[in-house]
Amino acid sequence: MPVGATSWSFTEDDFGAINQLLQRFLYDSNARCALLVDRSGQLVTTVGERPNFDATAFATLTAADFSANDQLAKLIGETDFNTLFHQGERESMLLADVARRVILVVLFDNRTTLGLVRLKMRQTIDDLSKLFDAVFSRGQSGAGQPNVLADADDEIDRLFQ
Amino acid sequence: MSMINYASREINCKIVYYGPGLGGKTTNLEHVYGKVSPSTRGKLISLATETERTLFFDFLPVDLGTIRGFKTRFHLYTVPGQVYYNASRKLILKGVDGIVFVADSQMERMEANQESMQNLYDNMAEYGYDLTKMPFVIQYNKRDLPNAAPVRDLQAQLNPGWEVTDGARQRVVPDPYHAGENLVEQIPSGEWVERATYFEGVAVSGDGVFDTLKAVSKLVLKSLA
Repeated sequence: MPVGATSWSFTEDDFGAINQLLQRFLYDSNARCALLVDRSGQLVTTVGERPNFDATAFATLTAADFSANDQLAKLIGETDFNTLFHQGERESMLLADVARRVILVVLFDNRTTLGLVRLKMRQTIDDLSKLFDAVFSRGQSGAGQPNVLADADDEIDRLFQ
Repeated sequence: MSMINYASREINCKIVYYGPGLGGKTTNLEHVYGKVSPSTRGKLISLATETERTLFFDFLPVDLGTIRGFKTRFHLYTVPGQVYYNASRKLILKGVDGIVFVADSQMERMEANQESMQNLYDNMAEYGYDLTKMPFVIQYNKRDLPNAAPVRDLQAQLNPGWEVTDGARQRVVPDPYHAGENLVEQIPSGEWVERATYFEGVAVSGDGVFDTLKAVSKLVLKSLA
């Protein structure tokens, strides 16, 4: 029965594996920074040079940007745009869908090229997709961890007293 | 779509403020932004037109405390209320964990409220979400205005309740926020109905803003428990 949006969770092992993949990608592509954002706008992780902007706000706008472009794609008869590219004078960003659940955002400058970033991104997306498929197929409480909020009703009540 | 991050020990949830144009959704967020300590909130992002009408959304992240060692982070969004912006309004509902419907209490806005409520049900259904089974709170805003409709009328029009068919849930549930009223009860025709929790508010002065936010956040966390 549909209720609402499903919940998802990831463990420290998942987190380690994701970060390792992204670090490898940054090394190979010479990009500055990579961010993973879920489709509802929550920041999953940031790897590489620490962004000097508000990463939470950035994640929200990224998800909105991607969703808006998905709808634009549908209007012109495409199912989606699986990558988006925004070019600036010095900084550029490439966004790509991962497993229809998360968005990989790569920030890069003129120390590399769009072609190289795009090329290296393909393999990373394949690897991340496999990883996230496994994470999502486990569901919320099957992440090898007990549901953190199980039987926490009293504590939740106290939080809002 | 709530996200539990065991590495950074955070629970992230998304709450959307929905309702007709100029009803006070953005004002709710601005009040929260103004009152919460800067250390527990992020920037207020507004994608608005030059006349300050919300074009895409407003966004405010707030931390509401710690449970079982996990920080609870709530991402608050508003949608553009104007009918014209339905395509972008629908996008904001993606992955929502809890809804606040901000109704404009003024009598002449009743139709706009009803239209927006119907639009909310329709947009949620398109995502496969069932509003009657998820955290949902209504705020009757602008209670200070002389032309505000009585709460009884607003309740009858916007929150008449949905039928409870599950026998196990057919028992009276008192409304914790309004003495003498029930959230689940049997109506004279014999049907059992459930209504959403409601609050009266004056968002410009902050009345009811935190009561609404606390109630919906609590419902969201309990839905995860």
